[in-house]
Amino acid sequence: MKSFGATMIWAGRRFLSSLPALFGVLVFTFLLMRVLPGDPAVFFASGPNAGKEEIAIIRKQMGLDKPVPTQLLLYLYDVGRGNLGRSIMTGQPVTTDLRDRLPASLELTFTALLIALVSAIPLGVVAALKSGSVIDHGVRLFCALGVCVPTFVSGLLLIYVFYYLLGVAPDPTGRLDVFTSLPPPRTGFLMIDFVLAGDIDGWWAAFRQLTLPAVTMALFVIAPLARITRASMLVSLGSDFVRTARSVGLSWWRIVVTYALRNAILPVITIAGIVFSTMLGANVLVEKVYSWPGVASYALDALLSSDYAPVQGFVLLMASVFVAVNLLVDILYGIADPRASMG
Amino acid sequence: MTGTTLRHAAWILRGNPLTAIAAAGVVLLILIAVFGPQIVPYDPIVSNVSQALMPPSAAHLAGTDQLGRDTFSRLIVATRLDLVIAVSAVGISFVLGAVIGAFCGYSGGRLDRTVGRFVDVMMAFPLFVLAMAMVAALGNRVENIVIATAVINLPFYIRFARAEVNIRRNVGWVEAARASGESHISVVLRFLLPNVLPAMAVQMSLNLGWAILNAAGLSFIGLGVKPPTPEWGIMVAEGARFISTGRWWLVAFPGLALMLAVLCFNLLGDGMRDILDPRMRT
Repeated sequence: MKSFGATMIWAGRRFLSSLPALFGVLVFTFLLMRVLPGDPAVFFASGPNAGKEEIAIIRKQMGLDKPVPTQLLLYLYDVGRGNLGRSIMTGQPVTTDLRDRLPASLELTFTALLIALVSAIPLGVVAALKSGSVIDHGVRLFCALGVCVPTFVSGLLLIYVFYYLLGVAPDPTGRLDVFTSLPPPRTGFLMIDFVLAGDIDGWWAAFRQLTLPAVTMALFVIAPLARITRASMLVSLGSDFVRTARSVGLSWWRIVVTYALRNAILPVITIAGIVFSTMLGANVLVEKVYSWPGVASYALDALLSSDYAPVQGFVLLMASVFVAVNLLVDILYGIADPRASMG
Repeated sequence: MTGTTLRHAAWILRGNPLTAIAAAGVVLLILIAVFGPQIVPYDPIVSNVSQALMPPSAAHLAGTDQLGRDTFSRLIVATRLDLVIAVSAVGISFVLGAVIGAFCGYSGGRLDRTVGRFVDVMMAFPLFVLAMAMVAALGNRVENIVIATAVINLPFYIRFARAEVNIRRNVGWVEAARASGESHISVVLRFLLPNVLPAMAVQMSLNLGWAILNAAGLSFIGLGVKPPTPEWGIMVAEGARFISTGRWWLVAFPGLALMLAVLCFNLLGDGMRDILDPRMRT
């Protein structure tokens, strides 16, 4: 447990060192609000025909008549209390909207990450084991092409093939078809809520709806993950400890998994963190293609209708998730490689 | 480039035909961007509703869209806009990133720390989301797509240039330049920067593909480029409405154009890295 404790202390230190970045993010979203076109007070007034006096009163209520540093403090105070403003589009507080939609996005992103890891690591390992073979070249070709196809194109082509041509995928809109009723919301993750409700048919419907978007997002990130797994497996297979393990006659499985893969996994964890960040961005595109009711499509709709509080809240949320994921990656790295947490 | 480098490059190209093909592809893309509007068979803007949503045929190689416009002509004409956005964005971040990064790496100290913090904050954003937010803040125009793409690229160039300059700041020829009375600014701009430029050019080629994807993604979600301007991302967005009724060509061909353009830049970047640094060959 000593090493675990050390990892925690080290993780705590990493968290503290990520605070300035998080503060920078807060200031940025504040500035974003300041430079966005249009006067928020006019937006919040009863309509475009609102009188000057009404606007002035609202401006005062919103604190827009105060100097900028004071406004920044007020903003930080609001964010600290979980108040991200109100959306004009939905008429609800942005925090409520985001909380309603976040599970959809997270479910999609985590499923995609899972699919990507489960397919990329074996692909990379096999390519490294059979270096120079047809499989290796196939994997490398796939990696080279995979990073070149934009997610929105691969998503649409998957819809064409699996919905239009083969007819195996459901109508690519939303998380659930119109015939299935929602399970009682417990976690917000449909895959879990349906299981908790014991509704197998519902689970299957939600699963079918989730598959194509998750595969789309996974396809985009399998390439970098497989590539780094292959490269790092090659290094680790060529190292002295693998040769030693071989020479003492350990089983093939044990050499590959316990010795080579365990040592090769570190760069993969690092890349997985970076990949997660690209996925948060790719979410916007995938959610648009599949009309997925997540936070990204919410922010996008808001953005296109000049409703800025949701955009600001979304950017803040994404950046916080990103900081949290980086921290998690650091902790995992520390557990996988005890040397890292010593330094 | 000296004769040896050219011979080395030629040798690598012989051993690695992919790089040669990629280079040819990039040249072709540039030619299409320059001469495209002159060579297309149809007007990319004028609609012809009687020919709407026709599948690919001899008359319309890539089919027609919902307004009867020839998809192939629109793809060709779009090349210029897509390349201009990506190249100018990467160019801006290349120049700014190289200069800022070089001065940070050379001087160290407070400037280095401040810029480093700034870079950290930027890297704390999912970059595509940052680009979206910036286009929203600056206004929904093509120039702002360029600026947003340039800004999200900037941290990588700053870090790269900083690291490359930092390891060279105290080597012999830099000391010699300083000793012969060159100012610090001149040491950075005339001695250090030219030395890190080749490595950064490789980075730039690898980055161009990424920039193309980002810009196309932004216009796909409705930011920047406006219809009826032909642009690959917006063409996919327009075709998306017809995919579930089986009109695949409206998505597949712009998608193919994007993929080939990105592939060429990526392969060229990989090849250039091999030429510059044989140890990095994979």
